[in-house]
Amino acid sequence: MKPAIEIRNLGKQYKLTSAEPYIALRDVITHGVKNIFSSRKKTSEKFWALQDINLDIMPGERVGIIGRNGAGKSTLLKIISRITPPTTGEAIIRGRVGSLLEVGTGFHPELTGRENIYLNGSILGLKRAEINRHLDEIIDFSGVEKFIDTPLKRYSSGMQMRLAFSVAAHLQSEILLIDEVLAVGDLEFQKKCIGKMEEVSKSEGRTILFVSHNMDSIRKFCPATILLNQGKLVSQGNTEKTITEYISKHLAINAEKCWSNGVLSYDQNIRLNKVWVHNTKNEVLARFDTTEDIGISAEYEIFNENVAFTHGINVYNQENINIFNSHDVACAQRMKQKQAGVYQSTVWIPGNLLPDGIFSISYALFNPNPVDVFVHEHNIVSFEIFTDFSKLSARGNYADEFPGIVRPMLKWKVESVNN
Amino acid sequence: MPMSDFVHRIKPASGFSLGLKELWQYRELFYFFTWRDIKVKYKQTWLGIAWALIQPLGLMLIFTFLFSKTWKIDTGMEAYPIFVLAGLICWNLFSSSVSHAGESMIQNANIINKIYFPRLIIPGSSILVALFDFLMGFIIFIIFCAVYQQSVHWSAVVYFPAGIFLLLTAAFGLGTFLAALNVKYRDFRYTIPFLLQVLFFASQVIYPLHSIQQTWLKYLLAVNPMNAAIELFRLPLTGGEANAATLIIGLTSSLLLFITGLFYFRKTESYFADLA
Repeated sequence: MKPAIEIRNLGKQYKLTSAEPYIALRDVITHGVKNIFSSRKKTSEKFWALQDINLDIMPGERVGIIGRNGAGKSTLLKIISRITPPTTGEAIIRGRVGSLLEVGTGFHPELTGRENIYLNGSILGLKRAEINRHLDEIIDFSGVEKFIDTPLKRYSSGMQMRLAFSVAAHLQSEILLIDEVLAVGDLEFQKKCIGKMEEVSKSEGRTILFVSHNMDSIRKFCPATILLNQGKLVSQGNTEKTITEYISKHLAINAEKCWSNGVLSYDQNIRLNKVWVHNTKNEVLARFDTTEDIGISAEYEIFNENVAFTHGINVYNQENINIFNSHDVACAQRMKQKQAGVYQSTVWIPGNLLPDGIFSISYALFNPNPVDVFVHEHNIVSFEIFTDFSKLSARGNYADEFPGIVRPMLKWKVESVNN
Repeated sequence: MPMSDFVHRIKPASGFSLGLKELWQYRELFYFFTWRDIKVKYKQTWLGIAWALIQPLGLMLIFTFLFSKTWKIDTGMEAYPIFVLAGLICWNLFSSSVSHAGESMIQNANIINKIYFPRLIIPGSSILVALFDFLMGFIIFIIFCAVYQQSVHWSAVVYFPAGIFLLLTAAFGLGTFLAALNVKYRDFRYTIPFLLQVLFFASQVIYPLHSIQQTWLKYLLAVNPMNAAIELFRLPLTGGEANAATLIIGLTSSLLLFITGLFYFRKTESYFADLA
């Protein structure tokens, strides 16, 4: 049997010319005028989003794709689904490809649910006859039959999502590419869809490539997994083995900082050796779901007797906003005289406080009054927070944009006041 | 279905092909995109249809007032309103084809980024939508012909479609060219209304080409394919003879536009997702 997907030396290069991918004509014209006067050639930086990918996927295989943000996962799916061409190499695809890089692609708010099934279905590659044949099934599956002839703009976002998932679950293509965007939304319904896809995959030998950050869904759905890092395929095979490698080697990169010579305080009394981010099981990690407690530990050495100081952290989000700071005011060791030796401090950022995003930590050892800073290292460790829809978070199952600098789970009380 | 039915080899973009076979495979999507745009446009039924009609009729009134009452132009036809309405419905088809096709790729960027299909479907279907609007205008045009007792020669069966075909060939070329340019140079879109305005006055919509005195200017204007298209469309109304030079020059430039637009679009389309 020939592989369903055969990838040889595949590479994709992007040019990093400016912040925006497209060009303004006025810039071309002004640059052109400038270039007449200066002979300096503009050099554009190039960057390989994918490089030397070789991969065979047999018909009926379900393969997970994991890797950090920017590892090339989505680029790989985009090349296989022909949205963007590769720069080098080739891929041979045997079978119709359905790509679900997004649910509800092309949905139009003015059209009814039924009309959108046809539109979305045909965009995803279903033939009209196939949609006709499965129409009742799709409507049934979505559970929105009451509103099927109502314009989509009157649907709740949950209903739109269900309709979109239903169409996706009924795709007929032999090869299905699923991006993690599918992992948002109504969890129960999502499970139903994954179940349906899995069933089809098993009974009809459908090949599935599944990109996700959620290791649990990869474990459940894919017997084999490939790991991408900086555009290269670094590991492939058994899912459990690949996930272990990913977590231990790749996720921990930013989660731990060790200085080979330490960071000495100006008075040479204290030396900061390392700072790391970890979970409650003491595993060094750079990814947490929003509900998890995040531990930030530091190890330092004191060289003199009777040194007293306090500990502090600053937390920044990806927009470099200082979300909050914390000093050890509620700690028994605060300002206690310490003897020479090695110490470890740990501070816990509680779950249900930070929203999705990337956060970086600064760490300080100092005297608060009068202010005297011994060590203050900026942005030494960072970690990523994501929503795990299988857990109860402040977001609940609300799948739309959920902005805000913090995302605390607050107490709500609702009671009847009719008396 | 057997796997061997669909084998595709994905390679770095190179060479040039029209991809007609693939377009045929995706013909249903063509239909659905067109259907979507018409449906959405005419969702508020009377308003949608009314708008497609009010616009040419309003302009017809203005131009009739200006050029048949104020400054008289010899059109070679009895009724100036019919003369100008014929020009206007053709012009509207051209201008909405070009401007909608030109904007279409950016408007559908979210789909282009997520799904593969032959990109030509997008500007193609926006031209079909414009054609649908034209048919509404055409019905009104026929009604007006009856009201003004305008005689229409039987050769209209040939000349009407021939004019529209020439017009669409040019509009498709220009529309796809602008669509591709718009993806790459995002500020190019601001020049489209200006370009169309210039073309409007360079087309024999409100005046007949033969009323122009300077021979060189006549030849220059003939390069604008709209002049040949409107000439063909008006032949059954004026009963006159077509100016062969206008037709040949217009046909040539319309074919050149078609080839240039199509070629440029196909050459750049594989990178649309990287740019959009």
